[in-house]
Amino acid sequence: MQRLHQDKGRRTLGWLGIHRGHRARPLEWVVEKLIFGVSLSAILVIFLIFLFVAREALPIFLGRMDSAPVQRVIPVEEMDKLSPEELRRYLDLTEKQQARMDRETLRSLMEIKLEALNEIPEEFRTDQDARLNTTQWRYLLFPHQWTEYSKPEYIWQPIGNIRKYNVVPLIVGSLKTTLIGLIFSVPLAVLAAIYVSQLARPRVRELTKPAIELLSGIPSVVVGVFALLVMATVLQRLFGYETRLNAFVAGIALGFAVIPIVFSIAEDALTSVPQTYTQGALALGASKWQAAWQIVLPAALPGVFAAVVLGFGRAIGETMIVLMVCSASVVSWSFFDSARSITTTIAAEMAEAVAGGPHYRILFMLGAVLFAVTFLANLAGDLIIHRLKGRLEGQRG
Amino acid sequence: MTNAATTLRTSGRHFRAERFDYGSFFFTGLTGLATVIILAILATILLNILLNGWDGLSWRFISTIPKKDFFDPDTTGILPMIIGTTFRVLVMTIFVIPVGVITAVYLTEYAPHNSPLTRIIRGAVNNLAGVPSIVFGLFGAGFFINFIGRNLDVALQSAKPTWGQPALVWASLTLAVMTLPVVIVATEESLKAIPPGLREASLALGATKLETILKIVLPQALPGIMTGGILAVSRAAGEVAPILFTGVAYYMASLPTRPTDQFMDLGYHVYVLSTQSPNIEATRPILYATVLVLLVLTFALNFGAIVIRARVRKKLRALH
Repeated sequence: MQRLHQDKGRRTLGWLGIHRGHRARPLEWVVEKLIFGVSLSAILVIFLIFLFVAREALPIFLGRMDSAPVQRVIPVEEMDKLSPEELRRYLDLTEKQQARMDRETLRSLMEIKLEALNEIPEEFRTDQDARLNTTQWRYLLFPHQWTEYSKPEYIWQPIGNIRKYNVVPLIVGSLKTTLIGLIFSVPLAVLAAIYVSQLARPRVRELTKPAIELLSGIPSVVVGVFALLVMATVLQRLFGYETRLNAFVAGIALGFAVIPIVFSIAEDALTSVPQTYTQGALALGASKWQAAWQIVLPAALPGVFAAVVLGFGRAIGETMIVLMVCSASVVSWSFFDSARSITTTIAAEMAEAVAGGPHYRILFMLGAVLFAVTFLANLAGDLIIHRLKGRLEGQRG
Repeated sequence: MTNAATTLRTSGRHFRAERFDYGSFFFTGLTGLATVIILAILATILLNILLNGWDGLSWRFISTIPKKDFFDPDTTGILPMIIGTTFRVLVMTIFVIPVGVITAVYLTEYAPHNSPLTRIIRGAVNNLAGVPSIVFGLFGAGFFINFIGRNLDVALQSAKPTWGQPALVWASLTLAVMTLPVVIVATEESLKAIPPGLREASLALGATKLETILKIVLPQALPGIMTGGILAVSRAAGEVAPILFTGVAYYMASLPTRPTDQFMDLGYHVYVLSTQSPNIEATRPILYATVLVLLVLTFALNFGAIVIRARVRKKLRALH
């Protein structure tokens, strides 16, 4: 009896859902296993993205990077006093390179390094800032009073003698443009979703829905061109602010990209509310709009919230629109100042960053942070929708 | 019903249906207005680009390979950009369609319903769809170029970097990773639209599960698979951020011939023309014309996909 049960269980459940009903066909078995293997690709890709973006940023996360242009000068004679690890860091070598070199090579490298350090101009060597490792967390996140500045400031300035990598202006820029985009797009998209899913006649719905979804088919460079050439001028004339290209224009243009996402998800959530809700409300004497506003919308509210969360993820990750419309990095919460977002910075500066250098690694770190933020937003949005659908379907049955 | 003659009490509020319903008027008006605004935005963008782009467009412009200075409106052309964009999306489909279709087949035909693993796969697909395109660009640079490409160079003992640098194949692979969810979702939708009776009939006649999938299910799902492919191509054709570090070139004297070549690209060219032009007024016609070509390309594809999808959905609705 016991034996029979085991056998039955094995045959019908199979390994990870693939049925084992045909042991006589080994080829088919292999192909089915392959299908299963390929289907894991999405998980693998998410994992690889995280791994390889974070890998390039690892020295920053671990604090292993030293960006100070003026370092401690170590005389060649003191070479033996250094541990291999210290020597490797001083000479900027990888472990493999160090292992391949003999003592004489290392010695001559130290001489070259010494000469290079001596060639740094005197006034630069006396600058206190030149000794700072600006890739440390306290310079990345907190304001610092740089030479010739009157007060501590947040500065992103990855070129020049002393490279300042404070990421706060970029975070503020990203949040500012995203916020403007959401304020503009969410009310429009949600109201339109209510109209299309609840109030419009079927004929109108069938035309409107694909039209709004078509908006998501416009490439972001095209929205960027439109914002740059047309919207910037029109909005400046309307509101009369000073700088023509600013976070406001970028935010509204971002809104264009966010509208279709928020609309589709909110519309989907509103449609998945069982018809019996509306019918019940109408039977009790409510009008169509009361049923939509007081019954259907509250029932689908988590879905609308998920739409906003996913819209946030889309807006904060959008690159080309913000890149084309504004780019100056300033810490200012004013909507009519310029802003430089995280995505813009990565796109604009990666080409000139030296591979493996501090600037390159910090850009990858920004990418890793961006990935983490959107990952969480997507996960949250997905979970909310899944729960909502489960609940609504449960009530239907 | 709404035209009930008696006054009813709903949510603590009295209202009479036969009186003019201001709330309904206001609410329908407001939501309708929001819809109209969105449609107006869409129409404005499309009309603006169509009207402005039409003047600069000519057969010469589309079929010319530009010299080094492509900012001169009289001699420039966009042939290499059109070819570059076409190549990169075609190579992409070779990678993305098999993987996407197989994943969709697993999810609809094999995956146990509601098992944790199935949910994780679905979650990963949904999440992948929301990863910012610039992050895909970083991933392409970090994984395909720096990891696979460099190691390939070492393994093949290339004299100078051939694989470990931005190239057409890496850009296409990056885009394939990005559009994977598009193909999976569209294929899954069309697989679900196939009546279960068809599968059961095939199984009852003695076909194995795999035979059923290959000979009955997949041929039926072909329109859906095509929709997925077209949507992926249209999405990828307009994307610029993922190819910035993985293969696009500012200028190339020759057309790409090998997978390791770099390429020029329509979307990137739009970006270059609009931000790096020495004289934005003079280059405006060619900028708009390039945008129009890009938009026609992506929209024609999108429109085709919407038409096919509408048919698939109608079939699906008829089943339930």
